Amino acid sequence: MEVVVASSVGVLTAAGVYLILRMRAFPVIIGLSLLTYAVNVFLFSTGRLAINAPPVLNKYADVPYSDPLPQALVLTAIVISFGMTAVLVMIALGAYLEADHDRIDMGEDEAEAAEKESGA
Amino acid sequence: MSNSSSLLPIIAILPFLGALIPGVMIRAGRTACATFTALPTLIALVMLAVLAPQVLQGGVVQTEIAWLPQLGLSVAFFLDGLGLLFAAMILGVGLLITLYARYYLSGEDPMGQFYVYLLLFQGAMLGIVISDNILLLLIFWELTSLSSFLLIGYWKHLPEGRQGARMALAVTGAGGLAMIGGMLILGDIAGSYNLTDILDQGEAIRASEWYLPALVLILLGAFTKSAQFPFHFWLPHAMAAPTPVSAYLHSATMVKAGVFLMARMWPVLSGTEAWFYIVSIVGLVTMVLGALIALFKDDLKALLAFSTVSHLGLLTMLLGFGTDKAAVAAVFHIINHLTFKAALFMTAGIVDHETHTRDIKRLGGLAKFMPVTALIGTVAALSMAGIPFFNGFLSKEMMLEEASHTGWFGNPWIVPALATLGALLSVAYSLRFIFHVFAGPPRDDYPAKPHDPPFGMYAAPALLCVLVMLIGILPWVAEPVVTVAASAVTGADLHPHLKIWHGVTPALFMSIVAVLGGAVLLAIHRPLDRAWQDAPRPEAKVIFDALVGGAAGLARRVSEALHDGAISRYLAIFVVATVALGAIAVFDGGLAPATRALLPIPPVAAAGWLLLIGATALIVVNHRNRFRALVLLGVIGLMISGGFVYLSAPDLALTQISVETVTIMLLLLALHFMPKHSPRESAPARRLRDGAIAVIAGGGVATLAMMFLTRDFSSISEFHLANSYKGGGGTNVVNVILVDFRGYDTYGEIIVLGIAGLTIYALMEALLNGPAARRLRARDFSRDRSRDRHPLMMVVGTRAMLPIATMVGIYIFLRGHNQPGGGFVAGLVISIALLMQYMASGFGWTQTRKRIEYHLMIGWGVVIAGLTGAAAWLFGEPFLTSTFGYVHWPPIEEFELASAMAFDLGVFLTVLGAVMLMLYSLSRIARYAGESVNVEPMDYDPSLKRNIKTPREDG
Repeated sequence: MEVVVASSVGVLTAAGVYLILRMRAFPVIIGLSLLTYAVNVFLFSTGRLAINAPPVLNKYADVPYSDPLPQALVLTAIVISFGMTAVLVMIALGAYLEADHDRIDMGEDEAEAAEKESGA
Repeated sequence: MSNSSSLLPIIAILPFLGALIPGVMIRAGRTACATFTALPTLIALVMLAVLAPQVLQGGVVQTEIAWLPQLGLSVAFFLDGLGLLFAAMILGVGLLITLYARYYLSGEDPMGQFYVYLLLFQGAMLGIVISDNILLLLIFWELTSLSSFLLIGYWKHLPEGRQGARMALAVTGAGGLAMIGGMLILGDIAGSYNLTDILDQGEAIRASEWYLPALVLILLGAFTKSAQFPFHFWLPHAMAAPTPVSAYLHSATMVKAGVFLMARMWPVLSGTEAWFYIVSIVGLVTMVLGALIALFKDDLKALLAFSTVSHLGLLTMLLGFGTDKAAVAAVFHIINHLTFKAALFMTAGIVDHETHTRDIKRLGGLAKFMPVTALIGTVAALSMAGIPFFNGFLSKEMMLEEASHTGWFGNPWIVPALATLGALLSVAYSLRFIFHVFAGPPRDDYPAKPHDPPFGMYAAPALLCVLVMLIGILPWVAEPVVTVAASAVTGADLHPHLKIWHGVTPALFMSIVAVLGGAVLLAIHRPLDRAWQDAPRPEAKVIFDALVGGAAGLARRVSEALHDGAISRYLAIFVVATVALGAIAVFDGGLAPATRALLPIPPVAAAGWLLLIGATALIVVNHRNRFRALVLLGVIGLMISGGFVYLSAPDLALTQISVETVTIMLLLLALHFMPKHSPRESAPARRLRDGAIAVIAGGGVATLAMMFLTRDFSSISEFHLANSYKGGGGTNVVNVILVDFRGYDTYGEIIVLGIAGLTIYALMEALLNGPAARRLRARDFSRDRSRDRHPLMMVVGTRAMLPIATMVGIYIFLRGHNQPGGGFVAGLVISIALLMQYMASGFGWTQTRKRIEYHLMIGWGVVIAGLTGAAAWLFGEPFLTSTFGYVHWPPIEEFELASAMAFDLGVFLTVLGAVMLMLYSLSRIARYAGESVNVEPMDYDPSLKRNIKTPREDG
């Protein structure tokens, strides 16, 4: 099972990194989502893997529990990363509507304009 | 003898409190403003006078308030002789400057602002001299740099003022940075950051191998602050400040901070060869050089500035000698220099104020027009020259005496000769100040008709001149202060006797040579001046500007190389650098053998893994088709939720699957307004490079995960498992951690989420008021629109779902403390139920039926969570301490009520509000994109007869 989790994290990371290196906003957002999955699973797995041992206390029997702390951390991370994705989507959408393209680098003319602005 | 007094921190805080007043009081008039500026200074001065007797009897007043004891930082103050001397100087001169500035500043200058800056500076300076903790001292030290920046650049409209302020800040700030390093080393050697502890450990510090670095770093701070060669150049440029600032900062206080620090650290740092040679050489060179330049400056203030540089050099040199007598001379000269130099600056200000010029070549003969000013200026300048019966003479004699028996590298002549030369030049420029400004025939071409200023303006320098004469004729009046201050510097019990006549000593002859030589120099000043002006010499400002320009250029080249406007460039750098750091850490640290046995892989898990890997691979291949990528993203999210279920994380599975739903909805909405395809842009080589980076990163992370997954570890979770039920009253440990153990984190997180929601709303507002709105209106979306936008089945289905989903949400919320669930998940579930209404019947239709503002929901959520936490204060417990109890209402089974539940309610509301606000903002765009608002919940409603008619039949 460890191999499954580790390889999933690896593949998600690789795909995420590849996509955030693309030149358009949308693939970058998708890539970031993939990286979010990877990071969340990675953090979760720092508590080590356990099967049939949810961290919900059993009043009647002494049973093993999985590590609750990484789970609590990842739970908020999932929600926060949704907020982050939403902000990012909004910015990307705004940039697209303002500039009429969703390239994430500056074109030649834009770079020149920015240069002029900072020089002035 | 050491006493504690609560007056000391009050003295320290008074100027800062006082700084709040002038800005308000200026509305009541200039005099009222000046009065209220003087008030805190006066109170502090009185308090100081209350403490003074104890200190003068050799005691030390101390007080300490712990601030950050873990860092060794405490608000500790102490007042010994040296501190008393400086504090009295800072407050006393501050008072005089307040008076002087009242008359000096014109009606157009914002006087309230000036006094605010002045008091801020005064507070910072005072803090330096009475701090008993070197970290605290550093804070005040930086504050003086900042507040002096404001003061020097007070005349914002003058470019020289701005440039001078920037230069002063750059030089003293850089020195301050160096000093922080030195102080930290010092504290590390001594094992304490308390000054009194450090001062006790002189021998250990001098013996330490870190002594030299610490010394050099601290001296850098002191030399830059006190304008020692080669950092002297900022002081003349800071003269662009209004004259009261120059008189205060550049004669009495800020530039003396460096000298103060050297005096303060004298018991610890002095007494070594390094100290002796570095400090005395820098001091002597500065003294001679400053005096030489001063002689050829035509600007009155520039002359005084370089003379200050020269006198600061003199003080530095004396401290560098490292003998007790030199320390006494230094302390005495600090007092004397303060009196005559502040008076001289104020005189220069008066001359400038009345004649509208400070150019010596355009002045002369002023004695006839402004006799009082001339008298004040002459007295002060004679003291600066070191003429008998003025106080400058006394300390200069002591300095020459010390110089006469100090040798460098075995050469007994060089120090006395140079010191005499410095004194000689000092006489020359002092006499020039008198003869070329006040004496000589009256002229008729002054830019303005000169006359004496009102009493208020010359009162301050006149008072200082009285002190000059008093100390000059009756030196013993200064003896008590000099005694305690010098004893505090040296740490020894000194009993110096200050007197005018020391007998026939080498110093007497050196003095005579200096005075005569100075007079001769003045007589031949004209040809000398011509030669000086023609001679080539390095211009400090040009060098400084070139240095700054070079550094800025280098920084720009580096950042442009790394940060070229394409996010992919620095993301690539970031990824590679991170992997490299991780690799170094792994190969450097070594690895313990694997201890955990691998868990088996059941077929279901294998199938899920295949789906996940397959979907990920397909995303990479198909990412140009954005819609397809989104669908695949959903598959991955689903697999991960399943993984959480299998790996004993039910809470995560619930959260993941509901977040997944909301995320996909959000992305779908956004995609509606964006291009549906990404063009193929990067060249194959580029894609290969990115692929390689991606594989390296993925491989690195997978290896790392595998490494720790196969090894055991110890965690603090045992505590949470053991105390979740006993302490938090819940059996779902994850939820108890969220709302109880780590409640503070969660509180922060919901605030972040709320801010994200509001940010999106604000972004949308800005967007819809800009050119984007026009572009949206112009775009034609009709092609994408479905003929049946609000399908009957969906409307009916979601309506039926709403109460059920709400019930499920409430159930999940209520059981969250004991079973998987809780506020986060409940908020997401209910927001999905609501979003479905938007999807089914359209934005406009749903919006008109909404009763609660989502902003309010976020606000209430945060407030409820915060109040729940704060309620613990009522019971004397720390923030967010939870409590719980069991309630039994007869028909219902016994149930638990925990205060954490109210906190979870806050979480629930915030999550719901934020998620709804985010999607609401996005869907609002649709209105701008020309989407019509439907009146009915669905396009075809069989229950209404008129809907049976279609438009075509109408026609």
